[in-house]
Amino acid sequence: MTNASPEALPAPLPLRDTVVEVKNVTAGYVTGVNILNSCSLTAYDGELIGIIGPNGAGKSTLLKSIFGQVKVRDGEILLRGKNITNLKANKLVAQGVGFVPQNNNVFPTLTIRENLEMGIFQRPKGLHERLEFVTDIFPELGKRMSQRAGSLSGGERQMVAMSRALMMGPEVLLLDEPSAGLSPVRQDEAFLRVKEINKAGVTTIMVEQNARRCLQICDRGYVLDQGKDAYTGTGRELLNDPKVIGLYLGTLGQD
Amino acid sequence: MDWGAIFGNAAVELISPTTAAYALAALGLAVHFGYTGLLNFGQAGFMALGAYGYAISILTFGFPVWGAFLVGVGASVVFALILGVPTLRLRADYLAIVTIAAAEIVRLLFTTNTFSAVTGSANGLSGYKNEFAALNPLAEGSYGFGPFENNAYDTWLRIVAWSIVILAALLVWQIMRSPWGRVIKGIREDEDAVRALGKNVYAYKMQSLILGGVFGTIAGMIFALPRAVVPSNYQTTLTFFIYAILLLGGAATVLGPIIGSMIFWVLLSFFSGFVARAVEAGWLPFMTSVQGGQLRFILVGVAIMLIVIFRPQGIFGNKKELSFVR
Amino acid sequence: MSADAIPVDSTVAPQPTGSTNKPIKTTGLHIGEAEPGCAKVDPILVVDNVRRTFGGLTAVDVDHIEVPRGAITALIGPNGAGKTTLFNLLTGFDKPDAGKWTFEGRSLSGVPAYRVARMGQIRTFQLTKALGLLTVMDNMLLGAKGQSGENLFRALLPFLWRSQEEGNRAKALDLLTRFKLDTKKDDYAASLSGGQRKLLEMARALMSDPTLVMLDEPMAGVNPALTQSLLDHILNLKAEGMTVLFVEHDMHMVRHIADWVIVMAEGKVVAEGDPHEVMRNPAVIDAYLGQHHDEDIGEDSDVENQHVSAVKELLDDER
Repeated sequence: MTNASPEALPAPLPLRDTVVEVKNVTAGYVTGVNILNSCSLTAYDGELIGIIGPNGAGKSTLLKSIFGQVKVRDGEILLRGKNITNLKANKLVAQGVGFVPQNNNVFPTLTIRENLEMGIFQRPKGLHERLEFVTDIFPELGKRMSQRAGSLSGGERQMVAMSRALMMGPEVLLLDEPSAGLSPVRQDEAFLRVKEINKAGVTTIMVEQNARRCLQICDRGYVLDQGKDAYTGTGRELLNDPKVIGLYLGTLGQD
Repeated sequence: MDWGAIFGNAAVELISPTTAAYALAALGLAVHFGYTGLLNFGQAGFMALGAYGYAISILTFGFPVWGAFLVGVGASVVFALILGVPTLRLRADYLAIVTIAAAEIVRLLFTTNTFSAVTGSANGLSGYKNEFAALNPLAEGSYGFGPFENNAYDTWLRIVAWSIVILAALLVWQIMRSPWGRVIKGIREDEDAVRALGKNVYAYKMQSLILGGVFGTIAGMIFALPRAVVPSNYQTTLTFFIYAILLLGGAATVLGPIIGSMIFWVLLSFFSGFVARAVEAGWLPFMTSVQGGQLRFILVGVAIMLIVIFRPQGIFGNKKELSFVR
Repeated sequence: MSADAIPVDSTVAPQPTGSTNKPIKTTGLHIGEAEPGCAKVDPILVVDNVRRTFGGLTAVDVDHIEVPRGAITALIGPNGAGKTTLFNLLTGFDKPDAGKWTFEGRSLSGVPAYRVARMGQIRTFQLTKALGLLTVMDNMLLGAKGQSGENLFRALLPFLWRSQEEGNRAKALDLLTRFKLDTKKDDYAASLSGGQRKLLEMARALMSDPTLVMLDEPMAGVNPALTQSLLDHILNLKAEGMTVLFVEHDMHMVRHIADWVIVMAEGKVVAEGDPHEVMRNPAVIDAYLGQHHDEDIGEDSDVENQHVSAVKELLDDER
């Protein structure tokens, strides 16, 4: 048995793996106009990250940059240490990144079942088992698999979009305003589902307009302002931070 | 290789009445498609109505120039109403289909032997220029210099043609800067939004269709004056040439159709002159003269494709304003 | 004021609205019990037996609604309850299978959308319809009413409409400043963010001095801190004598400024009343608000472990 030398420090605690790392990313849609200005974000294994902030701050743009839908002009994005900057979305899906968009998130002329099949398009093995798992999570969908997705309400489409992203068994799930346009009870359901998915081990990054709810359920949050990560902290810290309340949460919630 | 003749012939196209006619027709299409978003694929039909309306009024009914002009314009308005009433309440694509069909129907009506007494069927009509020539204030003789030299009639025709084009351009420019133009541009993007603000969208679309159609009809008359009225000139290819000019110059601009028409005709003349002489000189041994003559139409097709792919807003167009530009 | 108050004289001065911190609610709007379809003291919009089906699915099946004049009414309900469909029917963007409704006593059945707008009933859309290819100022000018330059022939003679245009421009600038969009007036609307476009749509709706403003989810996509000033704008509408009918999901907002709430579910009106009453209604809580709506959902106890295991199985299958 060898003795550690007196000066050696005890072995450090193993850090959690960094799953997604956004390093000083600058990005935009129109040439010459940057929406994100040197924005950074880190998501550790199994975390639920919330991104909030005012309109035009770049929340959706950040998510779309990670998913390869917006051109990153400067900086880099890493997935488990591997550089995925500007990689096309289909390649990212193959690497285990799922994306649930806010609008146009289902194929309206396809049935629910077909929409879910699209989620696993690249690797169709195990389709039936996956469909069963998904309908366990969203039993409301299970009853109407042959209904055309175009005839569903906004909240139901949300569910279909989320299930479709789940079909791939993603490692990382990106959600763009999952509660948008939903009634309060459906919003709460959506947030709980996100929490459940995260608890099962999916690292989740969620952009939200409903800052209060978002911060209640997330592990850590980022507040974006003018394309930069202005504040960060745990969900609870941000919820109670007077600066954040004043600027973003508004006092209405305190009614 | 007679470069002088090639360049000279090409340069002449800058002010030829055919160029003016195409510019005016393209201006009409700019109102339809560029500014309002109406997919009119029957501009050739409007032109045919102008040419035939004018010629028939003079030859069969003996109307004076002004009467014949008004008959043509009247026919145009009726045609626009026939096209618009059923389709303007439906999706844009329906107007496209209906207009292609309607223009062909018009052309075939003029081609059929049934009316050959009035229309001259496939041979068409000629001999209607005298009334217009009689209005010419210019004395006999030659006007202009170098390749741009013309006799009195041709000069008179050019003056009238381009005056009309300039007037039409000023009209479009003024109207598109006005509140009416603003409503039209709004309709181009989102009809429902404009409706929700209290504007009668159907009426505006109809007005636009009529206005652009009348331009096309007058263009048809100008087009017919230096030549004969022959139905085969008014096939769908004519409409596509007008679209080429419009896209080249800039779909929602006033200068675009005019400059586009000039560039189009100058280049077309240049290429056909060049290819013809090249074939003669043996530079293109794999081609005959006849084939060489067809080559320029292939070039038009290729040019349209390149414009749409690389610069859909054309020369003068503004990317930010065009809904079909991404 | 009690429910048996004498009918309100419409020439009475508009209601005071207080500030955003303490809006003064209008009361005494209804006659009799506060139940679905109850009569109002001074209704501006009366809807009767309106029905709309989409191939077998009944989107709207309303027996009777009266919207009170000069007050702020909220229309709430789950997605698919028929709120937007009802909006579309009332504003002429859709034709009902049956039914009739009147605005200011005039029948609106069969009246096309643009005429409804001209009568003073302006609506906004759930998916914003800011005209992106026009500038912000042009958007606003489009909203103005009675601009004679919009006539094809008068358009050719600028002197006929120039001064009107200047007047509209000044009004637009004033509205844009109120909505904090004045610096963007010459930018194309497409360059605005989602929330800014919502603001533009609302500002544009005000250009024609409407009598009834119908807002379809005005708060969706708007920064929570900006919500305060938006609420101020809506309260101002009431102060200026306009009636507001809006669809919303943000219950804090509804509770804060709505004088009256109508709850729809599955095409029918299931409850009506003042905000606090309605939000205590158990049927409403079940169908719409959710049991947790005033609580924190961050606690682990709310999570369904069944769902978590289902996801875990799916993930295992993948890896």
